[in-house]
Amino acid sequence: MSPEITLFVIQLLNGLAFSMLLFLLAAGLSLIFGMMDFINLAHGSFFMLGAYVAFSLVAQTGSYWLALLAVPLAVAVLGVVLETGLLRRLYRRTHLDQVLLTFGLAFVIMDVVRWIWGADIRSLRPPDLLTGAVTFGPLIYPKYRLFVIATGLLLAALLWVVHTRTRLGAVIRAGVFDREMVAGLGINVSLVFTVVFAFGVALAALGGVIAGPFVGLYPGMDFETLIFALIVVVIGGLGTLKGSFWGALLVGLADTFGKILLPQYSLFMIFAVMAAVLLLRPSGLFGRATA
Amino acid sequence: MTVQTRDVALPVAVRRLRARQAAATIPVVAALLAFPLVAPTYAQSVVIEVMVFAIFAMSLDLLLGYTGLASFGHAAFYGLGAYAAGLAARHLSDHLLVGLLIGLLVAGLGALLIGALAIRSLGVYFLMLTLAFSQMIYAAAFKWMDVTGGSNGLAGIPRPRLDLPGLPGPDFGSAAQFYYLALAAFLGSYLVLRRVVRSPFGRTLVGIRENEVRMRAIGYDVWRYKLAAFVLAGLFAGLAGVLHAYYNGFVSPSDVYWTTSGLVMIMVIIGGAGTLIGPVLGAALVLVLQDVVSTATERWPLIMGLIFMFFVVAARGGIVGLYETLARGLRGGGWKS
Repeated sequence: MSPEITLFVIQLLNGLAFSMLLFLLAAGLSLIFGMMDFINLAHGSFFMLGAYVAFSLVAQTGSYWLALLAVPLAVAVLGVVLETGLLRRLYRRTHLDQVLLTFGLAFVIMDVVRWIWGADIRSLRPPDLLTGAVTFGPLIYPKYRLFVIATGLLLAALLWVVHTRTRLGAVIRAGVFDREMVAGLGINVSLVFTVVFAFGVALAALGGVIAGPFVGLYPGMDFETLIFALIVVVIGGLGTLKGSFWGALLVGLADTFGKILLPQYSLFMIFAVMAAVLLLRPSGLFGRATA
Repeated sequence: MTVQTRDVALPVAVRRLRARQAAATIPVVAALLAFPLVAPTYAQSVVIEVMVFAIFAMSLDLLLGYTGLASFGHAAFYGLGAYAAGLAARHLSDHLLVGLLIGLLVAGLGALLIGALAIRSLGVYFLMLTLAFSQMIYAAAFKWMDVTGGSNGLAGIPRPRLDLPGLPGPDFGSAAQFYYLALAAFLGSYLVLRRVVRSPFGRTLVGIRENEVRMRAIGYDVWRYKLAAFVLAGLFAGLAGVLHAYYNGFVSPSDVYWTTSGLVMIMVIIGGAGTLIGPVLGAALVLVLQDVVSTATERWPLIMGLIFMFFVVAARGGIVGLYETLARGLRGGGWKS
């Protein structure tokens, strides 16, 4: 393998890993929006919470795998509490009110995290099984990133199966399409909303746990990732799982390759891509023009 | 075909109310004018900052409160005005009018361009597009080190001169002199914006906010009205940016970061969107709170976030809304009066 191809493959894998992280966040965000018509600007905060709580859990117990299982559940519980206690009051209100409330919530969570864990940059050590690299001839690639890619693809497949082949998935798809009708059919829509919200938050937190060793823990990771996730959701189309996946791939790869090819414009480029997509397809790649 | 609204003569009650309101503002304006004579320099600098942000917040209110356009990228025009004025002051001339005109021009053009592209989208997409564009400007400010100084910011901006023909002009070097400049800009902006929102144009914007489809059905060119509002808001945000650049002598990319857009949005909401005085109060409250709280504890974002959330959930009209509810209650007759 020539060095150029090796470099290309490495960047491709890097881009894929980043895309998988974005997908985990975007999927939850997109479905919550599609189903409940609710914009959650605090979604990146759950991502951050996942990473920081995992950090503490790993520091206490030494087990990354425990964190991987327990932290999303714990953060999901918090999500349920917030949803039932506070957020569901705003389902009927305008998007602007939702933006403002969740923005305030994000501020609060951001400061709480800073209060508890401080503002220093932390790192989360990956488990021993996943440290080190694999070698494919001239290609040397970190095991952990392959793990990220594999997990992401696995979850994507799982979500796709649930979304298209199970009853819950059918209810969700119907709810995205016509919420009132679903309620009219006798389905406990509030319960479904809470489940969807909890699930979205769990995915975000899982993303945080996975991202910890990959990206590092630092103040500002919530909003930086949130902006990327919002871009993915908007590019992909709100309310579609397919859109989240392909949007995440587009953004993740564009960002990674953009940083290599046009480092001067890296920040600029991703917003330009989004603006371009929106101008051509105002509802995103796979979104429906909702009334 | 556009429909012309008739300028209806206001009913007597409204005219009397407005006369009373005008009378009530006289002591306030007098106090503001007299302030530098009695207050310490630090207090003056706080009020200057409040006035600058008040202009910024009022401009966003025109978009958010009156037209119903939720823009999350308003800091773009604040930043454009600030950087343009700063660069003009450093490289061209430190005359006030030079920086002012260039700053307003750049901000206005930016608003025209971004508005033309973004206004076609609705709701979330508009929000995201405005955010995206303002982040692009942030990225440009951050990366374009040769021009903007990058993350180090644009420093060394001189205070503006105002040379009048025949008179030696002020150089706005002292806090008090700049205070009067800021006060003039603030009062001027308030009066102009108030005229705008009370005009048929302003009423049309409210109509668009309330029911855009209907306005279009009646025959209004909604897109054009939205764009006009967007550019006007951008101009005033640019004005705030120009003042900010001159006062601090320094502009940094964080002035264009999305958190600045978020902060000014918080000011509008807490103060009361859709009223012009609300954002002014909101700006004052947020900045003073930030000052007071951050000296007492580090947990300013937490407290600000909680207060903000409270306002969104429980006090949707902001400070102005709370005041009006109280006034109605006190006027006698309970909640329904």
